[in-house]
Amino acid sequence: MKIREIATKNLWLENPVFVQILGICSTLAVTNNLRNTLVMTVGVCFVTALSNATVSAFRSLIPRKVRMMVQVLVISFYVILVDLVLRAYLPEVSKALGPYVGLIITNCIIMGRAEAFAQANPPLISFWDGLTSGLGYMLVLVTIAFVRELLGFGSLMGFKILPASFVPWTIMVVPASAFFVLACFIWIARTVQLRKKGGGK
Amino acid sequence: MMIPQINPFLLLIASIFTSNVLLSYFLGMCSFISISKDLKSSNGLGMAVTLVMTITTAANWILEKYVIQRWDLSYLRYILYIIMIAAVVQMLEMIIDRVSPALYISLGIFLPLITVNCAILGVALFMQLRNYSLIQSVLYGFGSGLGWWLAIVLLAVIRKRTENAPIPSGLKGVGITLITIGLMAMAFMGFVGMLPVQ
Repeated sequence: MKIREIATKNLWLENPVFVQILGICSTLAVTNNLRNTLVMTVGVCFVTALSNATVSAFRSLIPRKVRMMVQVLVISFYVILVDLVLRAYLPEVSKALGPYVGLIITNCIIMGRAEAFAQANPPLISFWDGLTSGLGYMLVLVTIAFVRELLGFGSLMGFKILPASFVPWTIMVVPASAFFVLACFIWIARTVQLRKKGGGK
Repeated sequence: MMIPQINPFLLLIASIFTSNVLLSYFLGMCSFISISKDLKSSNGLGMAVTLVMTITTAANWILEKYVIQRWDLSYLRYILYIIMIAAVVQMLEMIIDRVSPALYISLGIFLPLITVNCAILGVALFMQLRNYSLIQSVLYGFGSGLGWWLAIVLLAVIRKRTENAPIPSGLKGVGITLITIGLMAMAFMGFVGMLPVQ
C-alpha cells in the first residue's frame, strides 16, 4: 500500500514541480524540443532513483555534518555517468543539451528527496520514491515541451505534424513562453486539486 | 580551441541584460522563486550570489586551465567544479564571520544555500564551454551575478504589489509569479538588439 501511496504523492498530490516548485531551473531551457526534454528527464529519473538508493544505503555511515557534501558527490557521480552515456550514444542530443546535463547535479528535486526521504528510509523504497519523483517531474516537463514544440515549430520529435498552412508561434520558441506554459499548467493543476479538496469536505 | 574575441566589458553588460542567467537561461530559479517573497532577503541573496559567482568563476577557470586540462580530467569536471564551489563558499563563510559579524548576519545565512544554486555551476560550465579567457570569465561571472541580483530585486518589488491583487485562486502564489517572470523575460528580450553578443 505504501508503494502506491508514494507514487500518487510524487506524481500528483505533492508533485515536485507544480506543488513544491523544485527543480525547474535546469530543464525549462530545453523544453522547446520534445526529444531533448525526454532524454533530459529520463536522465533526471535515473539520477534521482539511484542517488536516493545510494544515499539511503549508506545513511548510517555518513556523518551528519558532511552529509550534504556526500549527497552532492553521489549525485555528481551519477550525472557524470549520464553525461558519458549521452556523449557516446546520442552525441547530437548531448550537444544540444550542452551544460544543462551537468546542471542536473544542482536540480533541487534530487537533493530534496535525498534529504527528505532517503535519510530516513531503506534503499528499495527510496529507489521507488526517487523514481516516482523523477516521473512526476517528467510528466510536467514533457507536457510543456509538447505544447511548445507543437505550437512553436508545428512539429513533434522533429516530425512535421501540423499542415504547412499553420503559422508557427514565435513566442513559443523564446524562453519567456516556458514560464507562461508552466504557469498555465500550474493554474489548471491547482484548480483541479482545489476543487477536489472542496468536494471532499 | 580559440579564445573568442569579445570585449570583456561588452560581455559584462551582455550578461546583465541581454543574456541574463535567470531570464534567458533559467538558472537559479528555485531560490529565485522562494526567496523573492521578501525584498530584504532578495537583496541579501543577490549580493551573496554576485560575490560567490565572481570568485568561483575565477577559481574554476584556474582549476580548468591548470588541473583539468593538464591531466586530461574532463570526465571529472562536474565533481571538481562542485567541490571547488563548496570549498569557496565554506571559506567565504569563515572569512566573513571573522571580518565582519554584521555582514555575516545579513549574508551568512544565504551562503550554504548557494552551493546548490544552479546559476553558480551553470555560469562556470558556460564559461568553460565558450572558452573565455580569465578576464572575460571574471567579468562574465560578475555580470551574471549582477543580472541575477537585479532580476530578483525587481521581482520582489513586483510581487509585493501583486500580493493583494484579485487573482484566481489556482493562480495565486507561484502561478502569477511565473507569469510575472515571463513578462520580465520578454522585457529583457528588448535589450537584445542593443548588443551584438549572444
